[in-house]
Amino acid sequence: MTSTALKEPVRETSPGAAREPRRRTGRIRRVSLPYLLLLPALLLELLVHLVPMAIGIVMSFKQLTQFYIRDWGTAPWNGFDNYKVSVDFDAPVGKALLQSFGITVGFTLLSVGLCWLIGTAAAVYMQGTFRGRGLLRALFLVPYALPVYAAVITWVFMFQHDNGLVNHVLHDQLHLTDKPSFWLIGDNSFYALLTVSVWKGWPFAFLIVTAGLQNIPRELYEAAALDGAGMWQQIRRITLPSLRPVNQVLILVLFLWTFNDFNTPYVLFGKAAPEAADLISVHIYQSSFVAWNFGTGSAMSVLLLLFLLVVTGGYLLLTSRGRKASHA
Amino acid sequence: MRDLSLAPPRTSPMAPPRSFVWSRRVFLTLLAGFVLLPVYVMISSSLKPLADVTGKFRWLPSELTIRPYIDIWSTVPLAKYFMNSLIVAGAATVCSVVIAVFAAYAVSRYDFRGKRVFTVTVLSTQMLPGILFLLPLFLIYVNIGNATGIALFGSRGGLILTYLTFSLPFSIWMLIGYFDSVPRDLDEAALVDGCGPFGALFRIVVPAAIPGIVAVAVYAFMTAWGEVLFASVMTNDNTRTLAVGLQGYSTLYDVYWNQIMAASLVVSVPVVAGFLLLQRYLVAGLTAGAVK
Repeated sequence: MTSTALKEPVRETSPGAAREPRRRTGRIRRVSLPYLLLLPALLLELLVHLVPMAIGIVMSFKQLTQFYIRDWGTAPWNGFDNYKVSVDFDAPVGKALLQSFGITVGFTLLSVGLCWLIGTAAAVYMQGTFRGRGLLRALFLVPYALPVYAAVITWVFMFQHDNGLVNHVLHDQLHLTDKPSFWLIGDNSFYALLTVSVWKGWPFAFLIVTAGLQNIPRELYEAAALDGAGMWQQIRRITLPSLRPVNQVLILVLFLWTFNDFNTPYVLFGKAAPEAADLISVHIYQSSFVAWNFGTGSAMSVLLLLFLLVVTGGYLLLTSRGRKASHA
Repeated sequence: MRDLSLAPPRTSPMAPPRSFVWSRRVFLTLLAGFVLLPVYVMISSSLKPLADVTGKFRWLPSELTIRPYIDIWSTVPLAKYFMNSLIVAGAATVCSVVIAVFAAYAVSRYDFRGKRVFTVTVLSTQMLPGILFLLPLFLIYVNIGNATGIALFGSRGGLILTYLTFSLPFSIWMLIGYFDSVPRDLDEAALVDGCGPFGALFRIVVPAAIPGIVAVAVYAFMTAWGEVLFASVMTNDNTRTLAVGLQGYSTLYDVYWNQIMAASLVVSVPVVAGFLLLQRYLVAGLTAGAVK
């Protein structure tokens, strides 16, 4: 006790004075080091995300057709023409974009809602202990782990008109339809896309909600049980409200991923998506790479970005305020 | 153990009522069926002769054959696509993990100007639609190629570069969480002992955060292995990856569904096996951020 008290001031003064010049170079390194460590990540983000984004915005003001692709800098400026074309809802291009946008919004809301519902229900049910739980958990993660194209191509096979499983079951075995339906063209394609999207998306909700459940203190349940609350009441009064902060992030992430999803519709339908399932990503891809009009495609992308920014900002503002209010 | 489960105390929250147990049974059975259906179709169809998959759907193969598993390698150059995917995903994973480790270390251990701006910017690139920078990136790569002769467009290098930035934001985010959970005293002690910051990082922080690094690696590999959009635009015959190559099984006359299913299974096995083996780490990493 006494010896440490004696030593303390000695250690404080002598090495400190001796280290003075070294400390300054140390400070310079300390200041620049974090930036050095961040540099590779920063450069890559700039090259692949931020610069392209800026170029995309520039491109959206240019008349960029296939004639100028070799040297895009020479493409003539055309002001807001690309935007005017994109949002002129009376003309075919704008009309198609608006329709694609509406379909994407509807599809996203349905898909996110179902993914969240199934994921939450599964997570709550999987909380207890019962036989086969571990196996079931591994099985539930398979859709998430499978490469998108392998999973979706299997669904393409199942949705085939002549040799698919879906028509075999619905028509041949259950006799629910008069004749085999087309699933990958026409109006049905919307439901086909929704099914695949939910199949692929719900395990992520399941994962996140499961983790959220583990953070709810056991005492809450025990106290509720002592007060006579049944299982269902506990779920409604404790589990679901406690999941709010987790849900705030989960639903936003699901929304953005589903809204921007390109892989699923692209593998499901190929380059030409049916009108009923014409999601915005594929639509923009088609307008740019198939119609070879990069200017209009860029303008559409920028509009999409603006929409996502507004929705995300509004969502965060709204849900955070709600959270604060409920805390107060 | 058995005695306890036979007579659970009445007030315990662990004793669910009958209605709950039954609804759980029904729900989880239905859900398992929904999840399993495509998996079953994939496996069973991959063992069928071609006639079984061109005619009406059959639940069971008329005869079991491993023929599709032999034919997939010659119908399309699957081995080449496999190698391409392996090289691209492997390189993207290694680079992404290394870069993410440095960035996460900086954010976790240092205070510096622009820290918040950096994390928010990096994370928000995750929410951008891929289609938004597909066109400009395509042009950038073509122009870099024209100007310097470095072929990024159509090459594996361009794809590696692109994919590694896809997994980077999430990897950095996950690793920040993991590094934060490694006690600072440990690496500060190492710094005092004369290790440089890199010594502290590689001798103390990284070994303590191995689960997180494994998780990030699995995530980065899965991201690169499954990507379709950029693969379909930015590859040519020589650099084609599995995501695009699998479409080669449909010819003008026939779609070899049995081979497609066999090939899908073959390309899925590495990632699914890896994921299920390492899921504990990945799940912890994926969820750490959301729960925090």
